[in-house]
Amino acid sequence: MSSVPTSYPRDTIIHGLGRGVINTVCLMGDLFLFGWEMVGWMITRLPPRSNLWSCMYHIGIQSIPVILITGGFIGMVLAVQSYDQFKLMHMENQIGAVIAISLVEELGPVLAAIMLAGRVGTSMSAELGTMRVTEQIDALRALGADPVHYLVVPRFLSCCLLIPLLTVVADAIGILGGWFFSTQILGVDSFYYWHYSKNFVFAYDVLGGIFKSFFFGAAISLISCHRGFHCGAGAEGVGKAATEAFVYSFIVIMFLDFMLGVTIVNFYHFMQSVYPGVVR
Amino acid sequence: MNEPNSNEKYVIELQNISRQFGTQEVLRDISFGVRRGETLVVIGESGCGKSVTMKLIMNLLQPSHGDISWNGRLIADRSTRELHRDRLRIGYLFQGAALFDSLSVYENVAFGLKQNTKLKKAEIDQIVVERLREVGLSESISQKKPAQLSGGMKKRVGLARALAMTPEVMLYDEPTTGLDPVMTDVINELILQTRASRPVTSIVVTHDMSTVKKVADRIIMLYPLTRLNPGESQIVFEGTAEEAFQSSSPRVHQFVYGEAGDRIREMAESA
Repeated sequence: MSSVPTSYPRDTIIHGLGRGVINTVCLMGDLFLFGWEMVGWMITRLPPRSNLWSCMYHIGIQSIPVILITGGFIGMVLAVQSYDQFKLMHMENQIGAVIAISLVEELGPVLAAIMLAGRVGTSMSAELGTMRVTEQIDALRALGADPVHYLVVPRFLSCCLLIPLLTVVADAIGILGGWFFSTQILGVDSFYYWHYSKNFVFAYDVLGGIFKSFFFGAAISLISCHRGFHCGAGAEGVGKAATEAFVYSFIVIMFLDFMLGVTIVNFYHFMQSVYPGVVR
Repeated sequence: MNEPNSNEKYVIELQNISRQFGTQEVLRDISFGVRRGETLVVIGESGCGKSVTMKLIMNLLQPSHGDISWNGRLIADRSTRELHRDRLRIGYLFQGAALFDSLSVYENVAFGLKQNTKLKKAEIDQIVVERLREVGLSESISQKKPAQLSGGMKKRVGLARALAMTPEVMLYDEPTTGLDPVMTDVINELILQTRASRPVTSIVVTHDMSTVKKVADRIIMLYPLTRLNPGESQIVFEGTAEEAFQSSSPRVHQFVYGEAGDRIREMAESA
């Protein structure tokens, strides 16, 4: 990746700002080219099946415990935090609605993505970074395999397919966690919990959350693999690549969440105006 | 001294190669060629650009200036498909063996065959066993992971993996670094055995003089650019091992006999 010199004869705050902007633009351009190369491979030749299964196992199956814990606690925390407010208005039986809608639209996809950026993203960047430092990526090229095709495409596909599925699991476990705490500890009636959960959450909300998580998965895999491929020398380089993978993924998840949230809401209003009552 | 003779047929030829990393220049205007069946040894201090030269030859890095030819044809003139096909004719033993951690020894040796050929599993199995035997390893280790192997075994598996594709050219990047004297000699013998058993052209990068004495047909010595005067050639010696040991050049003498000389004082001054 190209970068600008790190020091100038007269280094002022303006120089630093300019350098930061140029480095960010270079990084984004490089990431785009990396993604473009990956898409090229994805269209022309799928990766070996065994490689894909291995990535899916690591990204999907091995992430289930983390997702169960995250989802369950988010649901319970939502119940704890919202119960008092709802009770003041004598609406505690409607707590299920706020838990379910918060989870499927926002907290489930975002927190699952952040957890997976930590678990899967850092692991991917550290693994690929170590492969780079120990010349295994060069060895792949020397043996006639393209590293982007062999290493990045299976990770990208696994993240895009499985992170939405893991988000559904997180949503479901969160709603169950909220139900458990609301009904068993706070004394909310189970019938009302499910009744309001069902009546306030529509298919559009659930699909909107899954739609967002697909983009989160793509961003996590692309950023993490890119950082691993551009890892610096030694253990310090690998550690830095893993940290950068998480921080950049986190920032991009937040940015995408906002942009996609606005898009989904506007699309909903547009569809309501064209086909009233059809989209729910 | 370092200009290859244009009348000779070189399997690998570098012409006026320079390579920079950012603002740091590692190689400057080096030219040499390797004849068919020859074993060329590239020696020089750490940081003089030996491994970079090997990666440039393998096209894992691209030169900042200059041309590299394989079998008389420039790399730059090849299409991506041709480059991919022709690169498979070159075997590369990496400095740390660079075995794939997540794959077994068998899968490592079979990797190139599975990726690039349509051989049946039984045929691949046979080649893997033959190559492992050739480097003195038994079939019993084929299911082990690289982390379970010693340094010498890793190097030998790396060699078996490079030989599995039946290369015309073998590149050895510091093949004996980090090995005990016995294992160093085993690797040297394997380099000789590889050359004796097949028509292979070899380039060996090393700073181990026992390897130089044992395997070299011809030697070139690179010198770090930071220690050269402007305009001086980076290739400070070209000749046989005997000529290197008898060289009157202080730079060559210091390296081949491993003498520190004034180096500690020079390093302290530059720091």
